[in-house]
Amino acid sequence: MLDGLQRLGRLTLGWLNRLGRATLFLLRLLGTLGALGRRPGLIIKQLYSVGVLSLPIIAMSGLFVGMVLGLQGYANLVDFGATSSLGTVVALSLVRELGPVLAALLYAARAGSAVTAEIGLMKATEQLAAMQMMAVDPFARVFAPRFVAGFIAMPLLAGIFTAIGILGGYFVAVYQLGVDSGAFWSQMQAAVGLVDDVINGVVIKSVAFGWVANWIAVFEGYDAIPTSEGISRATTRTVVNTALVVLALDFVLTAIFFGV
Amino acid sequence: MSATAFSSRSDPSSESPLVTVRGLSFRRGDRIIFQNVDLDIPRGKVTAIMGPSGAGKTTLLRLISGQIRPDAGRIEVDGVCVHELGRKDLYQLRKRMSMLFQSSALFTDLTVFENVAFPLREHTRLPENLIRTLVLMKLEAVGLRGARDLMPSELSGGMARRAALARAIALDPMMILYDEPFSGQDPITMGVLIKLIRTLNDALGLTSIIVSHDVKETASIADYLYLISDGLVVDHGAPLALESSSSAWVEQFLHALPDGPMSFHYPAPSYAEDLALREEPPRA
Repeated sequence: MLDGLQRLGRLTLGWLNRLGRATLFLLRLLGTLGALGRRPGLIIKQLYSVGVLSLPIIAMSGLFVGMVLGLQGYANLVDFGATSSLGTVVALSLVRELGPVLAALLYAARAGSAVTAEIGLMKATEQLAAMQMMAVDPFARVFAPRFVAGFIAMPLLAGIFTAIGILGGYFVAVYQLGVDSGAFWSQMQAAVGLVDDVINGVVIKSVAFGWVANWIAVFEGYDAIPTSEGISRATTRTVVNTALVVLALDFVLTAIFFGV
Repeated sequence: MSATAFSSRSDPSSESPLVTVRGLSFRRGDRIIFQNVDLDIPRGKVTAIMGPSGAGKTTLLRLISGQIRPDAGRIEVDGVCVHELGRKDLYQLRKRMSMLFQSSALFTDLTVFENVAFPLREHTRLPENLIRTLVLMKLEAVGLRGARDLMPSELSGGMARRAALARAIALDPMMILYDEPFSGQDPITMGVLIKLIRTLNDALGLTSIIVSHDVKETASIADYLYLISDGLVVDHGAPLALESSSSAWVEQFLHALPDGPMSFHYPAPSYAEDLALREEPPRA
């Protein structure tokens, strides 16, 4: 019993310690953002790496998720003769929940893990130390551009995921299942609100997820033990921790925006 | 820290040492790395710090360059106490010193040219044509002008180290710290590096600190040697003077003798105890 309590205490202290270090890391990173504004090239290069290169997986996943939503929605709505509401079901599911959440999870798996591995390897091969020895702050030159680029890319990717998902649902609904095209779009237009659904859903959620996903990815790389095993563990932690934090945060935001 | 402390290059004619270490103590966990160590690095010379693996040679370089802080003691570079500097002042000081890492530490996403241009682009506002000229001059000095467009992954170990050396002299530093520059190099590359380090030191008026355990190669270019082991400076002096040292430890290290004061075995409990062998009770 006492052993268990001790272990729990140690785990809690370790977790708090790590959270504290991650917070100090973030504060120092935010302190370098002013200087970063004068070098937009650094952000653009990273935007390509974390944003553009993530597009194929985001687009493909969005398409399939939308198509599945179309099929599942139709299978349920047909019993009630409400298949004309299929557009609403697909759009609300994607805009409020699946778009930002799945885009964030995919982002963590594709771009977040790459950022962690890249920074961890830079640490292991002494590239970060070399930078510091050249009086160049890695927070301004390496960490901040990746954080900012990811923060910008995340909402855009979530938007693209959602839009392509809706198109996927549309193609299945209209061309495979015979739902009326006009009903699909008009019902969606009538039910989906710009502020209530689009802003509160896909925009605010993906901004919040982008913040935590990139904070975790950059910090894990910085904090990685500079060995092959250490980098491997850090990369895994990035994906696992981002998934858990995104899902928990999604619950909180959903309760705030859509809770009754 | 006053701005004037960093405003001028070090004066090579000054008699005071460029680096002064006094009462340095440093430990990692329970392990003592340095215990009350004193040493001076003279200006304009090549000073080697030698010792067996794990003696703390690289740690000493990291302490001198302010990457880590000592537990006790004082480290001054050009009259400035390194570990009392804030980040901004430390970075100002580091613009005047360079380090050649054991792994070369080239930026893997940049070409050789871009690697050498990196510190120039970060710290100067020179026009691109002048940066190109400077980079080609540095690359010519290390014999890699023709390799400017190669990526680090396309370089041999020796070429990578030379490219890193070109990057290290890009800002014309007052001092270069070399961390095991010869390790893992073939004899020809080693000869090239030895010549380069000596030539660059003399031609550019640098101060060089070489950390190494390659005795012959290092002693051949060093003006002064420090031998460290078990957290202490065991001996120091000019290479020829140390050759005739009466210390058994120096004799063992400089001549690579397998047996001597430095034990072959890592400290361990008795062999019999480890193998769980019991002593037979004496027969009555």
